[in-house]
Amino acid sequence: MLDLILSIYEIPVINILVKIIAILVPLLLTVAYFTYIERKVIGYMQVRIGPNRVGPRGWLQPIADAMKLMFKEIIFPSGANRVLFIIAPTIAISTALAAWAVVPFGSEMVLADINVALLYILAMTSIGVYGVILAGWSSNSKYAIMSTLRTAAQVVSYEIAMGFALVGVVMAARSLNIGEIVMGQGGSGILGWYMWPLMPLFVIYFVSGVAETNRAPFDVAEGESEIVAGFHVEYSGILFAIFFLAEYANMILISVLAALMFMGGWLSPFEGVSFLGLGSTFLAGSSIIWLISKTVIFMFLFLWFRATFPRYRYDQIMRLGWKVFIPITIVWIYVVGIMYYVELAPWFTKG
Amino acid sequence: MKHLTQFFSSLFLAELFKGLSVTGRYFFKKKITVQYPEEKTPQSFRFRGLHALRRYANGEERCIACKLCEAICPALAISIESEEREDGTRRTKSYDIDLTKCIFCGFCEESCPVDSIVETRIFEYHGEEKSDLFMTKEKLLAVGDKYEDQIAADRAQDASYR
Repeated sequence: MLDLILSIYEIPVINILVKIIAILVPLLLTVAYFTYIERKVIGYMQVRIGPNRVGPRGWLQPIADAMKLMFKEIIFPSGANRVLFIIAPTIAISTALAAWAVVPFGSEMVLADINVALLYILAMTSIGVYGVILAGWSSNSKYAIMSTLRTAAQVVSYEIAMGFALVGVVMAARSLNIGEIVMGQGGSGILGWYMWPLMPLFVIYFVSGVAETNRAPFDVAEGESEIVAGFHVEYSGILFAIFFLAEYANMILISVLAALMFMGGWLSPFEGVSFLGLGSTFLAGSSIIWLISKTVIFMFLFLWFRATFPRYRYDQIMRLGWKVFIPITIVWIYVVGIMYYVELAPWFTKG
Repeated sequence: MKHLTQFFSSLFLAELFKGLSVTGRYFFKKKITVQYPEEKTPQSFRFRGLHALRRYANGEERCIACKLCEAICPALAISIESEEREDGTRRTKSYDIDLTKCIFCGFCEESCPVDSIVETRIFEYHGEEKSDLFMTKEKLLAVGDKYEDQIAADRAQDASYR
């Protein structure tokens, strides 16, 4: 029986399908509970306790929300292009999930170990913009189209700053393969991580990531306290839920990428550290737990930002992206070039 | 120089970190949420909720149909009709308060010379149709009879301030 199962697992299609399910099911569960954690964390920061009625301590709240959205009617606005109206959220969610194919969870745990992984992720997040554009256009609503223009312009602008920030990482690691980027940070524990020589790029990457996913304080597109929803005003029920899912999947993607590229991914911060002999204990071992805990830090930062910062004005967002972030990244890429040239240890030594 | 310090403090996100530290501190503060149906906030004895008409201890209704409350009511929620009773006293034939109009300002209670119309502490009431929120004389007297102890205690507490 076991042999049979193993032989079925050897079939490439089945093998890949199992891996996809192994990534997607935990991911979607994380998305569901991320919404719950978000409401709890923001509540706590506002001296409230957040949702606590559905199930023990409110643990069933995301399930109740999902059930509600599933049973709600999908309303098609009059004059809407029905085909594109349905395709738009499909594009948003499929690109958001497809980007996870190249994300490694350990040195061997990766669905598609391709050499242009970083490029692939940038491509996928760029295609995600089409979901936004189509959603606004097919809704046949002037509010949706106006918001679409803002969102698309914002996402495209910050993609440039983000791309420049990633150029620094690629220069340091000499590779576009995420697994190799992580391995390039190994050997000297927390000091070996790229966040130290690339600190400005690291900050710009994460802030751009917040802007890319249209999260507070860059959420002019949604602006829940002044306007409603933005490009998905006309969406209801499960189609709206899919946009929601895509947004949160993208947030987690940005967090996991920040952990992988700047904070050493699954590498332990104590690896090779002689202080207190920590380098020889079990804490020094690489493990997916390190990756998850680093990702959780960034996911928490998303919520912390939302609870703290007031919303940017639209022209300020554009100014920040084009006139602050892009010049800083270009300057720092020069600095990285110098560090590369002098082979600054431990990050830029040629292996 | 001033521009320079400002440039560097904004470059290093100084104010943003200050803001984050504030919300970070509040994250660990004691939460002040009142879990409503199980817990309730303390109420003042001057709380202005559902109206009631009171009676004297001998069962005689207090209202003398002076219509001061009807006159003062800013929302025109009160309407009174009066008549002469067999014993020659002036009493109300009907005393209606439309709770959908009432703004719970408490002027009716202030204007009443005999402490007849009062506002109680009851705030958790509802009506399934609009007429349920139209309080007739019978309904108001019933509320007054039911909560007379509480009403009297609240008036006694407030008496020294009047």
